[in-house]
Amino acid sequence: MQQLVRDTNAWACYDCGKCTATCPVARVGGSLSPRRHVLSANLGEETDPGRDDTLFTCLTCGLCESRCPAEVSYTGLVRRLREAAFDAKIEPECPHGGALQSVMRMMAKGGTQQDRLGWLTEDLKTDPKEGEVFLWTGCTGYYDAFFPEFDMKTVEGTKATVRILNHLGITPVVSPEERCCGHDLLWNGDRQSFDALARHNVELVRSSEAWMVVTPCAECARTWKIDYEPYFEGRIPQVVHLTELLEERFDDLRLKANGMNRVTYQDPCRLCRHMGVHDAPRKVLEAIPGIELEEMKSNRHGAACCAGGTWGNCDRFAKRIQIDRLREARATEAEVLVTACPKCQIHFRCAMKDPNFGSEISIEMLDVAEVVASALV
Amino acid sequence: MTADPSPSPRPAQKKKKAATRKAAKTAFDPRIVVFACNWCSYAGADTAGVSRIQHQPHFRMIRVMCSGRIQPAFVLRAFEKGADGVLVSGCHFGDCHYIFGNERAVEQFEKTMNVVKLLGIEEGRLRLEWISAAEGARFAEVIDEFTDQVRVLGPSPFATSDAIEEIEVPETETETGKGMEA
Ligand code: FES
Repeated sequence: MQQLVRDTNAWACYDCGKCTATCPVARVGGSLSPRRHVLSANLGEETDPGRDDTLFTCLTCGLCESRCPAEVSYTGLVRRLREAAFDAKIEPECPHGGALQSVMRMMAKGGTQQDRLGWLTEDLKTDPKEGEVFLWTGCTGYYDAFFPEFDMKTVEGTKATVRILNHLGITPVVSPEERCCGHDLLWNGDRQSFDALARHNVELVRSSEAWMVVTPCAECARTWKIDYEPYFEGRIPQVVHLTELLEERFDDLRLKANGMNRVTYQDPCRLCRHMGVHDAPRKVLEAIPGIELEEMKSNRHGAACCAGGTWGNCDRFAKRIQIDRLREARATEAEVLVTACPKCQIHFRCAMKDPNFGSEISIEMLDVAEVVASALV
Repeated sequence: MTADPSPSPRPAQKKKKAATRKAAKTAFDPRIVVFACNWCSYAGADTAGVSRIQHQPHFRMIRVMCSGRIQPAFVLRAFEKGADGVLVSGCHFGDCHYIFGNERAVEQFEKTMNVVKLLGIEEGRLRLEWISAAEGARFAEVIDEFTDQVRVLGPSPFATSDAIEEIEVPETETETGKGMEA
């Protein structure tokens, strides 16, 4: 516990309560209190994970952290407490019955040849083994198979990414040996499976001899940039989210109007707060002729998240957060809600299915990669 | 009526059955998880038992109230924990105790199948069958056939890891030869 307090900077907490005041879950009535968790850690209380029913309601969106004047890493604290909970065989209540976690754990075990590149069409130039830039595709194929009822194709975002990279003159490595990055397992406390995935994936990228990893998924980007770092030996490739790459290569992008006028942008929590990337996607979107970017009430560091980032616990508070957020999106009168993480799409689309609010909050959603790809000359 | 995902044609397999069973018997006994609805398939298994119909005993049965309950998570978890095959069973269409539960089961099953294929697990390891309470003989037949099919596919790739130790297998049960009577 003392180590935990030191690692997460919890000792610096001076009990101001800003964390609980900004917590999106607490705001809509959830009983989660980051402040209480930090306090009990400071008092050295061994929280019994079995009796702490708020442990899995934290979205780990990092909003409290961005407001904390004492720089306490609350998400770090929650992660460690969840690891303890996992060791005690306690798992979150209802993340789709744990189906996605099962899929990830099977990938962690390995031994099968996944069929994950079904979307890769002839016109997309990629290399299965070696190259300078590794495109980390993420698990969009699985999501589309798992949520047929949302009529979405998150895999289109992945395809669009290849198209954009080709446009920039890059032939990315897209490997059939890729496995889930392990982000969700890590945040739900399953350190062991995460370890297996991280080792496999780091080795895969190392053997491709790529010096850069680019991904259209905000969660993969965070995992690669921050959580995989200790797994590298020697040279660490540069890890960028697609939007960061687009900003870097801004002058090489040739964009034309794609018929979209008014759009708004949802900051994925992993991208805006965990990694501090918020100007890049905006710059790229605004560069498309005809597009006018209208900000939602809360944006950038203060943006509300999609409330389902880690396949953690989904409950009525999560739904409430999603509905509130979609109302904000509708208030901008934008035609399209653009995001940079497939999970934002999944969770908002799920909220739109709500029979009571559906018509009030429905809005077209696209990945930033899709928007940019449709505007390429 | 049956949604049979197995790629191999059945008649051919039947002829080979006896031979395969003998040959592989010592080599590998698969571990199969059977999900059965309370009103039809579970009762069908009962019928097979009371009628003393012989069938292979390498399965563990999990009873649910209706096949509509069998969500992807159940099947995927079974595979994750090292099951070599998973059989999902329920009432015939029109017979579901809850009217349309088995229609939901089909939706869930298709979803599960798609994920299973993406993962690279052989399609033949997962099957959906409708078995009524009266079809004891059919239950035995389906079990025999499915067991053989899975046996040919060999052990699940996920069965080799340590997670398999979490499943407790009482030795005696696999030896009795009459799984359902116990
Ligand atoms: S009760 Fe048997 S399938 Fe619904």
